[in-house]
Amino acid sequence: METSKLNSAATIVKKISIVTFTNILFIACSSDDDKPMPVNEEEIITTVKVSLTPDTGGDTITMESKDLDGDGPNTPIVTVSSNLQANTTYNGSIVLLNETESPAEDITVEVKEEDEDHQFFYTTTGAISEVAYTDQDADGNPVGLTFTLTTATASQASFGITLRHEPKKPNDGTLADAGGETDVEQTFSLTVE
Amino acid sequence: MRNTLTILCMLVASALLYAQDCNNILIGEVIDYHDNTPLSNAIIQIQGNKKQYFSDALGKFTLKNLCNGTINLEVSHPECSTRFITIKITGNTYKKIILEHHLEELDEVKVTSSTINKTNSAQENVIKTEKLERFGSNSLGDALTQINGVSTLSTGATIVKPVIQGLGGSRILILNNGIRMQDMEWGDEHAPNIDLNSAENVTVVKGAAALQYGGDAIGGIILLDQNRIPKTDSIYGKTLLNGVVNGRGGNIATALTKTYKNGYYIKGQASYKKLGDAESPNYILSNTGISQIGAAIDFGKLTFEEGWNTYYSYFNTTLGILRASHIGNVDDLITAINSSEPTIVNDFTYRINNPHQEVSHHLGKLKYYKRFQALGKLNVQYDVQQNHRYEYDIRVGDDKDKASLDLKLTTQTLSADFKMDSFDNKKVFFGILSRYQENYANPGTGVRRLIPDYDKIDFGVFTSTEYQFSDNGTIDAGLRYDYSKIDAKKYYRTSRWEERGYDVDFSDIVIEDLGTQLLTNPELEYHNFSASVGLHYIFKTADQFRFNYALSQRTPNPAELFSDGLHHSAARVELGDLRIKSETSHRFSTSLSKEDSTWGYEISPYINFISDFILLEPTGIEFSIRGAFPVWEYRQIDAHLLGIDASIYALWSSNWRTDHQFSLTKGNEAKNNMPLINMPSTRFQNGITFTKKEWSHFTFELQSEYVFKQNEYVPNIYVYSPQQDQEVELKINTPPNAYHLLKLDSEIKLPLKNRNQLTLGLGVNNLLNVKYRDYLNRLRIFSDDLGRNFTLRLKLNY
Repeated sequence: METSKLNSAATIVKKISIVTFTNILFIACSSDDDKPMPVNEEEIITTVKVSLTPDTGGDTITMESKDLDGDGPNTPIVTVSSNLQANTTYNGSIVLLNETESPAEDITVEVKEEDEDHQFFYTTTGAISEVAYTDQDADGNPVGLTFTLTTATASQASFGITLRHEPKKPNDGTLADAGGETDVEQTFSLTVE
Repeated sequence: MRNTLTILCMLVASALLYAQDCNNILIGEVIDYHDNTPLSNAIIQIQGNKKQYFSDALGKFTLKNLCNGTINLEVSHPECSTRFITIKITGNTYKKIILEHHLEELDEVKVTSSTINKTNSAQENVIKTEKLERFGSNSLGDALTQINGVSTLSTGATIVKPVIQGLGGSRILILNNGIRMQDMEWGDEHAPNIDLNSAENVTVVKGAAALQYGGDAIGGIILLDQNRIPKTDSIYGKTLLNGVVNGRGGNIATALTKTYKNGYYIKGQASYKKLGDAESPNYILSNTGISQIGAAIDFGKLTFEEGWNTYYSYFNTTLGILRASHIGNVDDLITAINSSEPTIVNDFTYRINNPHQEVSHHLGKLKYYKRFQALGKLNVQYDVQQNHRYEYDIRVGDDKDKASLDLKLTTQTLSADFKMDSFDNKKVFFGILSRYQENYANPGTGVRRLIPDYDKIDFGVFTSTEYQFSDNGTIDAGLRYDYSKIDAKKYYRTSRWEERGYDVDFSDIVIEDLGTQLLTNPELEYHNFSASVGLHYIFKTADQFRFNYALSQRTPNPAELFSDGLHHSAARVELGDLRIKSETSHRFSTSLSKEDSTWGYEISPYINFISDFILLEPTGIEFSIRGAFPVWEYRQIDAHLLGIDASIYALWSSNWRTDHQFSLTKGNEAKNNMPLINMPSTRFQNGITFTKKEWSHFTFELQSEYVFKQNEYVPNIYVYSPQQDQEVELKINTPPNAYHLLKLDSEIKLPLKNRNQLTLGLGVNNLLNVKYRDYLNRLRIFSDDLGRNFTLRLKLNY
């Protein structure tokens, strides 16, 4: 009885050691040294460029916000090329770029293609008296890739642009009414002189 | 079906005391052949007499008023084959009978029947087939909330993750037919890939006491099992049909089993579910539909001596995610929080648009067991599974229909264990396991990988023992060691790499510099130890006492280590940390319980000290061209969780039963006593059930659930809102108010020809159509929870 117990114990030990060795083999065989492909984000918007040309002629003013690491930790770098003139109307246009790619991808094209699903909104404070849309989608609703901006008397101002994806269209021109998702939201601090 | 005690099956002998005047008493005791464990709820019947007697928690029973002579007893138990015993009665007699319990050996998984406890000393609860079937159109998480102390962390109504005593995700192991699920449980919005219809019993073991399944179950273990396969020539099956009003759909599930006397069997199971947009009391929850397919096949041969089986299952689900929860930046989030209704509400539809998830899971298993006479039982198992997850966001242009996340996780496991159960009062269990896992993140998504490509190796050994030191006391102890190695290839943005300080600590793992990105090769190793000791004692009064201490350690999951990027679905940046270490938990639990035919109770307090507890919390904000995003970071703290689960039931007559459950969990950071994020609210449930056997097994149940407001929560963060041009409080942690829900369920069973049976059931959830939001529903900041729902059930057993 005791011997038979020992014998079967030995059988079990043998079986378990077989399993152990199979396990080790199984682990040892598994390795791959393939390098994964890098991913370059396609839809990311790294740069917003706003160009303002006075309708009376003169130098174009460029406002730019650039964040090359996208949703990485770095904050966007905002630059404004020069001050605005008081009591002047500017023709504005917006360009969106993905500069993580070379050459940079123009995201504005996609917005244009899907203009029924996009709209820019402008929020201003201080010395800006009016911003008006100058473009339309196929349904006759504003898009906002181009606009006119009119300054008031010399002072400080802020100019915010927000691009909404799938907003309610038409809307009353406020962000709250439009809803949708924000694709771009940048504010520029300006001096009107 | 209340015989929820004891481990192995076995019938205890009985003793009879007898006197001349037919006034003798027989006292019997039912114990296990292998380890002398008392067997409760055995049915004892004197032949020729209809009356049934039951053994108590000590396995004892008493028959009174017996005459001298011989009596024939029929002793049966759900876990055992019935035995007939002849007892000679001459005055007061005592006798012990030992029976074979061969049915247990037919268990193809160690945990077939719910009436068998999985551990000696842990807090355990079971949901059996009948109750489970009521949740046929719901998820595993929904069904588990029937168990006191189990809550859910959900993302809408269809993505539901179970939480045991405040702990969920990777802290819970799910064993599906004996296979540990590897289904990317690391994400808050990753629900278990389980078709509830494929399980016949679900057991929850709270805490990490069941070391044979893994040493890292800091929260607990969920075991999904099948009922026992009978060793007879038979064919049987069932079909379930659920019609659901809220969501305007339902599901169908069917199972068929063919068994043979020689031990062979084959079992097939399939289910399909389809629901459209769900509705809150006041509006449609747009894009919250679900469609789901599940199928499984199991065949093998199970005999006393040895057996084998192979199992394959397939699961596929498409889950809509509330359209309004997909937002652009922090201002959109502020708008959503301040708005009482979701910002997007469309007409009802069955169509599932973006954002949505598509997940499939394949699972295969080969298992063999052999019993060695007078020694024990050997189990060897190989399993393989593949989880493939696609997540779709709202995208523009050519990428509109392209997934934003495409992960394929393949896992293979080989394990062996041996249970020595031939000693009189002792059981010894030991085993080994090895596992190889490979994750592939498809770069074709055009979105940076949230989880990188990695290979992972696990190796584990364990041993545990149970010793019965007296007729009513058993102690247990166990020890386990696990080794894990993760070998990942991950791209970091150079700016992130530096922001995390990895350029200082991990400069040696960079293998390629692409300018703005770095390819790195983190190789991380973890050595984890776990242990458990416990005591189970049954008092003369049949009250049971359990105490358990469990030490467990958990390797950080890939999300905790590698997360790095913007989760569009949650509008947050999630950041893992390569420096995260294993979590260590010391959990002490006790329980006092009784399960009598007229009343019962359970009081289970616990305390869990966790060092290096890993949590994900909002910590600040980052800016991009899209605007500002809250940043959620993983960090490690020392924490303690304590709580109590208490329940009581009473049977007032053969028709009326009342049930009461109370569950409380508190989690705090040890250092400053700050509350932990996402701790479940206190819950108080009460139920009343009316049953009348004569009316076609009519049952009617009314359940009330009161969920308290979570008053202990992490403070909100303040963020700069460009739209409002000021710092505003981002109320993402503010808990919603308390709520009270009523639920009805009613059922009848109608016998059909040829012993077939038809069951008809009607259930109503949120009877009063209450508007509420739950703290642990991640979509609570966007919408109300589900409104009233009617479910009509139809079950055919054949």
